[in-house]
Amino acid sequence: MIEVKDFRKSYGDYTAVDSISFDVKHGEIFGLLGPNGAGKTSTLECLEGLRAPNGGSLRVAGLDPSSEFSKLKNKIGVQLQSAGLPESITPDEAMKFFCAYHSVDPRFDLLERLGLVEKRNAQFYELSTGQQRRLALALAIAHNPPVLFLDEPTAGLDVATRVELHGMMRELQAGGTTIVLATHDMAEAEQMSDRVAILLKSKIVATGTPIEITATGAGLTKISARTQSSSLTASGVIFPAVTQSISKDEYNIYYSSDIGSTVSAIIAHIKTEGDTLIDLRVERPSLEDRFLEITNSGDVQ
Amino acid sequence: MNAFIHHFIFEFRTGIRNKQLLLMNYLFPLGFYLMMGFIMAEINPLFREDIIPAMVVFGILAATLLGIPDPLVNARENGIFRSYKINGIPSISILVIPALTTILHLLLVAVIITVTAPLLFDAPSPLNWLNYALIFFSTAIACAGLSVLVGVVSPSSRMTVLWSQLVFVPSMLLGGLMLPYNMLPDIAGKFAQLLPATQAMNAFNGLAMGKEAAFPPWGSVIMLLVSGVLAFGLAIYLFSWDSRNTARRGHPLLALLVLLPYALGIFLFS
Repeated sequence: MIEVKDFRKSYGDYTAVDSISFDVKHGEIFGLLGPNGAGKTSTLECLEGLRAPNGGSLRVAGLDPSSEFSKLKNKIGVQLQSAGLPESITPDEAMKFFCAYHSVDPRFDLLERLGLVEKRNAQFYELSTGQQRRLALALAIAHNPPVLFLDEPTAGLDVATRVELHGMMRELQAGGTTIVLATHDMAEAEQMSDRVAILLKSKIVATGTPIEITATGAGLTKISARTQSSSLTASGVIFPAVTQSISKDEYNIYYSSDIGSTVSAIIAHIKTEGDTLIDLRVERPSLEDRFLEITNSGDVQ
Repeated sequence: MNAFIHHFIFEFRTGIRNKQLLLMNYLFPLGFYLMMGFIMAEINPLFREDIIPAMVVFGILAATLLGIPDPLVNARENGIFRSYKINGIPSISILVIPALTTILHLLLVAVIITVTAPLLFDAPSPLNWLNYALIFFSTAIACAGLSVLVGVVSPSSRMTVLWSQLVFVPSMLLGGLMLPYNMLPDIAGKFAQLLPATQAMNAFNGLAMGKEAAFPPWGSVIMLLVSGVLAFGLAIYLFSWDSRNTARRGHPLLALLVLLPYALGIFLFS
């Protein structure tokens, strides 16, 4: 659905994006991650047709965003990071206004679905940040675009609204919409994205599923165990593959490079000591851990 | 057409909802009209003869030069035009529709002034209503076009104020609104002919109010219409969707071409 090959974008002497390539499949949620200034926004803006690339090729829904923009506008929906609406426009007017330019009937049902019915006649500046973002999303999907670009869609939103928006993204994906999600929220990227690309210093430094990316790191697995007695807290207890251990809130926490051997040894030790296991938690390294590892080291995969 | 209507309705409502635009479209022109009518007409009874065209031209200058450019600059700087571009809203609509809605607001103000001035201040009504309407629209188009052009080429709100005042202040002083054109020194008169307000007052005097024009009044109407169309054309040509996009089709100084019809008019119609 989206093809990026050797894409370059520069502003004068500054290279914002340096020969990156990736593709996004139909119906996929693709996360575009990276610190500020990594080139995410430039990439998105070129894919959306707002800017022309300096090299390489871009295809979105089979169209070149630069030369076929007039056809592209009905194929893409964009929720910009800044709301991009006049202060005095009401949700009702915005829906009529944008749908009219896409030659589709206004989707007032989306305003209802996104909890904006009571504010449909309020001016844009009177809406809360969450309401403004929900309106931007409603407008972005009102013409049923096959490709949706979301730039920090849940930044500044409360938990309930985030869950609602994530649910809507899943629904759109189930309906065949391809979503490109640019976000700083690693938990969101890990939870929502089928695949992600991490941009660093104008280049893609890692791409794959969140699990693939986290698996390539040197991150240690966190194993937390709580027992009825204190068999784990006795001094001199050492488990294989553990590099660090601490005690916190009645839990013994181990950082292990080999989950299997460590967990087996912990269970065996508890059994040997005649103790009882109350709780055991295993947490693999998160995408955020891996992201920080990559951005700190500049590691290219 | 549906898109145009929805866009037009929204922009028209903005002209009333937005406090700054409400001030420039209605409160400032009508407040100034009442103040000038009650004070100036007492000080200088001859002002009664000019109060209708002068205050209509003032209303046009205020609503266009002080009202149109800043929202354009703000919309560009706040990414609203980027959002419009993504949704396929053409630049011509972005530039022309706010100008048209401003002209509609101005029409209401002009009607209020034209109807109430004879009743409140014993001002003479226009003698030729068709020419009066034609000159009103010509002036509104010229000033709206110029204002849109200022909004397009100004890099910031601060520069917008500077450019707008460069036209607004001389128009007030030399445009024949406060002082008759004939009282100006020759050099000042030539400079004044570069201003839409001067041409508008000359045309109103010669073609609608039954007074003597200082120079050919139809020439003034032609200059207003040509400069208005030229200004819109230049604005569309020089338009950029956002300030970070440095690719512009022409240098902003091309905007000065908008003065060309007036400059030529000085030689052709004087």
